[in-house]
Amino acid sequence: MPAYQSFLSGCHPHPMSNVLSVSGLSKTYESGFQALKNIDLEIEKGELFALLGPNGAGKTTLIGIICGIVNPTSGTVTVDGHDIISDYRAARSKIGLVPQELSTDAFETVWATVSFSRGLFGKKPDPAHLERVLRDLSLWEKRDSKIITLSGGMKRRVLIAKALSHEPEILFLDEPTAGVDVELRRDMWRLISSLRETGVTVILTTHYIEEAEEMADRVGVINHGEIVLVEEKQELMRKLGRKQLRLCLQHPLDAVPESLASYELELSADGSYLTYTYETAQNRKGITSLLHDLTEAGIRFSDIETRESTLEEIFVSLVHEAA
Amino acid sequence: MNIYAIRAIYKFEMARTARTLMQSILAPVLSTTLYFVVFGSAIGSRIDEVGGVSYGAFIVPGLVMLSLLTQSVTNAAFGIYFPKFTGTIFEHLSAPVSFLEIVIAYVGAAATKSVILGVIILATATLFVPLRIEHPLWMVTFLVLTAVTFSMFGFIIGIWADGFEKLQIVPLLIITPLTFLGGSFYSIDMLPPFWQKVTLFNPVVYLISGFRWSFYGIADVSVTISLIMTALFLIVCLAAIWWIFKTGWRLKS
Repeated sequence: MPAYQSFLSGCHPHPMSNVLSVSGLSKTYESGFQALKNIDLEIEKGELFALLGPNGAGKTTLIGIICGIVNPTSGTVTVDGHDIISDYRAARSKIGLVPQELSTDAFETVWATVSFSRGLFGKKPDPAHLERVLRDLSLWEKRDSKIITLSGGMKRRVLIAKALSHEPEILFLDEPTAGVDVELRRDMWRLISSLRETGVTVILTTHYIEEAEEMADRVGVINHGEIVLVEEKQELMRKLGRKQLRLCLQHPLDAVPESLASYELELSADGSYLTYTYETAQNRKGITSLLHDLTEAGIRFSDIETRESTLEEIFVSLVHEAA
Repeated sequence: MNIYAIRAIYKFEMARTARTLMQSILAPVLSTTLYFVVFGSAIGSRIDEVGGVSYGAFIVPGLVMLSLLTQSVTNAAFGIYFPKFTGTIFEHLSAPVSFLEIVIAYVGAAATKSVILGVIILATATLFVPLRIEHPLWMVTFLVLTAVTFSMFGFIIGIWADGFEKLQIVPLLIITPLTFLGGSFYSIDMLPPFWQKVTLFNPVVYLISGFRWSFYGIADVSVTISLIMTALFLIVCLAAIWWIFKTGWRLKS
């Protein structure tokens, strides 16, 4: 059983229902390139799941298969119990997709394009709902504008509005903030977080670690077409996070004394800092004994500083391990 | 049946037509008018009657077919090619729609436009030649059937095409020659016997012959065969589209 499943069952006293279930999914393109290798993934209803991975890791292929844009080579995907191939109508009507590329019509108005999307997904016209969506996305004033006249950020919002127009239960956001400036990115994060509050399950792919760190409940890391890990964000940071203790020395050292070798301390180039790295999850008595041993060795320090590793560092180390 | 989806795509396509009115309606009407002036009036006045019909009137069904075929193919091909080109096709592929619904919507819109065009050309023709329609119901049947069949063919071309050049090649290099050689401007029995036989392999012959029969009651081949051939082509196109959506050929990777 994959590690994340046992982790899940151990973590939730009342297991939540899975809204998306991917099992044994593989994809080999005609060129022979294997984009996905036997992927298993369970997404819980109502969560915000961030799929992290470097460019070309298989994020977009995975989303493409779930949404019906890419043919799987093998494996199954069910959306709320509906198979994406044999029961594609039921499966797809629950999904909204915001693609990575800004693929929009040029000459249609914002209103026409969201009305189109709603119809395409088989929902009867509901101007009130569309108005709500457009207002939430600050697009209402632009409803009669042709899409070609909008800025890149606005086009991204139009794509989100199109996906929300048909009231999906699961929303896929493929790199929602790629090529978006910092301020707009913050805006987008607020927006995505508010979406989750409406009960929509959100799955976003990103290679901005900050994005996952900011919003996600759970994080999945994909690399070379394989899910490297799936973990609750907090748990991931606790388990894999490292802490560093930095000691500013009163008198620079030439070398770390022999008696302190077991701590694997790092001495800065100018000899004025000592850095001690320890795993967050392990017991922290190490610090007490380190400080004690330092005093024994006659080393005096003027300042102490600790820092925790970010998700970014965790991610980089994971991806390097897998490579 | 996802009626809302069919309606959405159909409306989208018709709005596109409305935006490109000059190109999609006026241009073909103008070029057909030129044919009338050149072949019908200028040259036609020196040509004998064909089967008791004046040459100018004789070529009307052929000219309508010429526009109907090229416009159906071009229009439907462009309709599905454009979302592929801009990338908006992702939405069609991820929507809960069946291949049949997509085809009904795209082909329906393209055929609607072609039929409107055909009617406008017919109306224009009455300005130049006296027109009589012996079997109006059959005339409409052939008009609609041909528009639908060739819109389907165009839809396939649009999916097959991976560039603007391919989009143009089939209408220009296949449809136009087949229509010109399919009896738009002459009756098959004006040809030498050998070429009469060869011509029978041209599917457009059956369309034009059937269509002309509905006007003047004269036909190169029997009307039943015309209908069967058209229906056969329609079924072949439908089967091809079914296969395309089943396998995702040129649509999904």
